[in-house]
Amino acid sequence: MLDFSILTDYFPLYLEGFLNTIKASVLALIGSFLLGTVIAIFRISGVKLLQWFGTAYVEFIRNIPILIVVLFFSWGLPSVGVKLDGFAAGTLGLTVYTSAFIAEAIRAGIQSVPKGQSEAARSAGMTYIQTMIHVILPQAIKLVIPPLSNQFINLIKNSSVLTIVAGLDLMYFSDKISSETYVIFSTYIFAAMFYLVLTLPMSYGASVLERKWAKNS
Amino acid sequence: MDFIGAYSPDNLRFLMEGLKITLFVAFIAIILSFVIGCIVGTTRYAKVPILSPILMVIVEVLRNLPLLLIILFVQFGLPEIGIKMTITFGAIVALTAFEASMISEIVRAGLTSVPKGQVEAARSSGLTQMQTLWHIVLPQGLRKMVPPLVSQFISLLKDTSLAVIISLAELVHNAQIIMGQNSNYPIPILLLIAVIYFVINYALSLISKRLETKTA
Repeated sequence: MLDFSILTDYFPLYLEGFLNTIKASVLALIGSFLLGTVIAIFRISGVKLLQWFGTAYVEFIRNIPILIVVLFFSWGLPSVGVKLDGFAAGTLGLTVYTSAFIAEAIRAGIQSVPKGQSEAARSAGMTYIQTMIHVILPQAIKLVIPPLSNQFINLIKNSSVLTIVAGLDLMYFSDKISSETYVIFSTYIFAAMFYLVLTLPMSYGASVLERKWAKNS
Repeated sequence: MDFIGAYSPDNLRFLMEGLKITLFVAFIAIILSFVIGCIVGTTRYAKVPILSPILMVIVEVLRNLPLLLIILFVQFGLPEIGIKMTITFGAIVALTAFEASMISEIVRAGLTSVPKGQVEAARSSGLTQMQTLWHIVLPQGLRKMVPPLVSQFISLLKDTSLAVIISLAELVHNAQIIMGQNSNYPIPILLLIAVIYFVINYALSLISKRLETKTA
């Protein structure tokens, strides 16, 4: 039933898409981690305006489809003169969308560290920054890593929206192969295998990590 | 940017037609994936021989694939082996397959979170396995499932937008048609549909929060 000649004949195209999918996911992960951290800091800063902005950002982005965020970069920005190619628009969209989820994970992690910890650090003479770096963050990171690893898996899956804006990802090339060969069933099954090679080990790793840390704490 | 032109009565009407399809597809898919997800999750929790391992493989494969691929596969791949569907039906099938696998994991986790002592106590007081599941485990597990279930339903509603790739006439599809007419329209239209999605989903998440405080 499976036509393996598709896999052998079009392997270079699959591989190019596969590598672009990884590239987009890794770039978006780094970007959304940085952006998410800033937003999380806004939300716990105690400064009303920043807090309001952080909350609005997270709530708005989390409740709209990723496709709209990506379309904003690929249709919206060009309409005001900022031209981006499909890969750049897609990766930026992924970054902004994921940053809202990461901000929420980081905020939840930081706020779950008991208050006594920061009070003790502050009364021992540490500054706010020192308290954050030496006391709060090392404890929070444990709670943040499992949801972050889940976000990375979602990122890889979500990166397939690049297809809709011609972002040269794995799904885009699979679509191209299927329209060239008219062999669709097999083409998509092989595409699925490429995705699973990435996501299955990671989701297994994430669940092991989660269980291990749940036991320790 | 031309807000007045973009929000013309005709355009708004066209967007509302898209919203109707979005809500219809999401509603049917939510019901189907909830029912299937509950059955699959409970079966996996009960560790039914042969059936549970098979379901595990299907669930793990489906939830680790991009939904976009599943949508394309259902619409264009399955006809090659003789399974043809209309666009609306295909979108519902693909969404249901993906979300049911997510929901089954939520259900399974909810059931597993009920302390073992509860099951042991019920069994030793003479309840059968089915009775234990129905009267003891499910009522306690369901309560913990509500928040993740609602956020999964929100995801589902957002995910219907991916059916744009098979030209389902939903909200984003119709928005794209309007945006293609005039290069001053994209930002106003994207803003409007973002607000539409936001209002619906935010309302859902508020309901979920109220349910949470009520049942806790």
